[in-house]
Amino acid sequence: MAYDKFVTLNSTAVPLPVENVDTDQIIPARFLKAVERKGFGDNLFRDWRYNKNNEPIADFPLNDSRYSGRILVGGKNFGSGSSREHAAWAIYDYGFRVVVSSFFADIFKGNAINNGLLPVVVSPAFLTKIFNAIENNPEAQFEVDLENQKFTLVETGESEEFEINPYKKHCLQNGLDDIDFLVDMKDEIEVFEK
Amino acid sequence: MEAKTLFDKIWDAHVVRQVEGGPNVLYIDRHFIHEVTSPVAFLGLKNRGLKVFRPDQTTATPDHNVPTLNQELSIKDELSRNQVEMLRKNCEEHGITHHGLGTEGHGVVHIIGPEMGLTQPGMTIVCGDSHTSTHGAFGAIAFGIGTSEVEMVLASQCIMQPKPKKMRITVDGELKKGVTAKDLVLYIISQISTSGGTGHFVEFAGSAIQSLSMEGRMTVCNMSIECGARGGMIAPDDTTINYIKGREFAPKGAAWDEAVAHWKTLKSDEGAQFDTEYHYDAADIEPMITYGTNPGMGIGVTQAIPMGDDLEGTDKTTFMKSLKYMDYAPGDGMKGKKVDYVFLGSCTNGRIEDFRAFADFVKGKKKADNVNVWLVPGSKAVEKQIIAEGLDQIFEEAGMALRQPGCSACLAMNDDKIPEGKYAVSTSNRNFEGRQGPGARTMLASPLTAAAVAVTGVITDPRELM
Ligand code: SF4
Repeated sequence: MAYDKFVTLNSTAVPLPVENVDTDQIIPARFLKAVERKGFGDNLFRDWRYNKNNEPIADFPLNDSRYSGRILVGGKNFGSGSSREHAAWAIYDYGFRVVVSSFFADIFKGNAINNGLLPVVVSPAFLTKIFNAIENNPEAQFEVDLENQKFTLVETGESEEFEINPYKKHCLQNGLDDIDFLVDMKDEIEVFEK
Repeated sequence: MEAKTLFDKIWDAHVVRQVEGGPNVLYIDRHFIHEVTSPVAFLGLKNRGLKVFRPDQTTATPDHNVPTLNQELSIKDELSRNQVEMLRKNCEEHGITHHGLGTEGHGVVHIIGPEMGLTQPGMTIVCGDSHTSTHGAFGAIAFGIGTSEVEMVLASQCIMQPKPKKMRITVDGELKKGVTAKDLVLYIISQISTSGGTGHFVEFAGSAIQSLSMEGRMTVCNMSIECGARGGMIAPDDTTINYIKGREFAPKGAAWDEAVAHWKTLKSDEGAQFDTEYHYDAADIEPMITYGTNPGMGIGVTQAIPMGDDLEGTDKTTFMKSLKYMDYAPGDGMKGKKVDYVFLGSCTNGRIEDFRAFADFVKGKKKADNVNVWLVPGSKAVEKQIIAEGLDQIFEEAGMALRQPGCSACLAMNDDKIPEGKYAVSTSNRNFEGRQGPGARTMLASPLTAAAVAVTGVITDPRELM
């Protein structure tokens, strides 16, 4: 799936200080019935965002007008649960380009990168700093520098480096995906099969 | 020669290319697909003008969206019907074997693969579904993938993956009476937490694992993903070989002998290195039940919910949020808590042995008035076997009815949803908020515990009725 190239991002962030945010919360199963990749953002965190009468739940961060931005900050073990890529699509479609946590579930992390959504792993202490910074000032700016693999709290200048596989970094920076790469390898794959 | 783990042996044999500074290009032997995670992948192929590269290595079945009553009628929900129909069409167009609703081969994708003998030791197996880990019970590398990766496998029969770390979980000793494979795996997850296995592929070993049946092993590997691992696996042995023998897609004749000889080499070498190791004693395990909203929140059925006093920060808020959702208090005992629904089924516990255990338990007893019991076979073959063995009669006499195969109440995507606020004891694998329906409250347990609850209507230690 084509996505926008990732360049350095400066943005405010939306905090979600909950641990083990699972894919069933990110996008509940009943919204997985589409056969196209469209509109999943509307149902992002559906059951945390709206009550049963479809009214927004005021204190959920996505409904809280103080918070905005293209960075979502979650508690540890973000994205656990199912392999549904719809979770990454929903977050991306809503408008986020980066998810920050101290720990991501494996499948979610892979799905995110494959769809142009950058998972940034920071230390637990730095994560707490980020949450505090947003709490003190919802307008706090953050910088995500993919080239230098650095996440910075702009106000204080504090930063932390994050890891990313060099190949995946190249893909994100250039908006490339693995399928083109694999299709080009067909002859080699055929030889392997014998 | 360097000592290798079972995982290394299979992985290394499937690496087509090691991308510089990047992941491995891994060849996939078997690809299972279902209706939910495949349509966008097929659409992707179409947009790129590609065909499925190896349709013969691909098998499809619709399971998530299907009703479990009146399957012979058309599916009422339009979106579900459309997805199921789309799978059939995509398979037809690309020459992929499709086991449609109501046909002999239909069922939950992780149940039909092993049943047909499509799942074999030494293979790499993927599916756009996290519980693909089930197939690891045969000594295969099996793991769930996302839709982009489904498209990769359809297009090239390969996937790009970094090699995970290796973990071994050894469980020695004997499981006590009334304690099953499900309790064993719930116990492990309660010990290492839902993120304890992240970044790893797990090999389960030890005498308690070896003495499990193939079906019990599938239950364990199925839930390996719930500790965050990419998958779980168990070295093949005679139990594995005897299970596969004679199945539809099992090798035959000379090919069989050759295969068996190869399978016997598939074990971790003496001295092979694991990144992480855990050891448990089977005798420490009692029937398990979950009290919270992730599979790591499990305790012995006779125990009380932890106080959470040792937790702080987001750990504490997460714990309290979870109990609030369940409407339980720290320190509550689980035994005697009211239950509204019992669900037997899913790729964790929807196999014939699970139905035998359940039937054996409820035989001659009656369903409690306050519970609804949903008995959902994992596949058409399981359903047939239940009827052949007369288990459906036992259920009927106990006041419970058998439904038709599908994922059912494992996830709230078809008609089988647990109503808001109700309590369900479920033999499935996830107790996330809303997993079984918006507002539904799930407690995970074994088929035996589920059977005990079905007849008492409250959380019950099955050993007291055995
Ligand atoms: S039974 Fe449940 S866990 Fe298994 S494939 Fe179906 S929805 Fe997924």
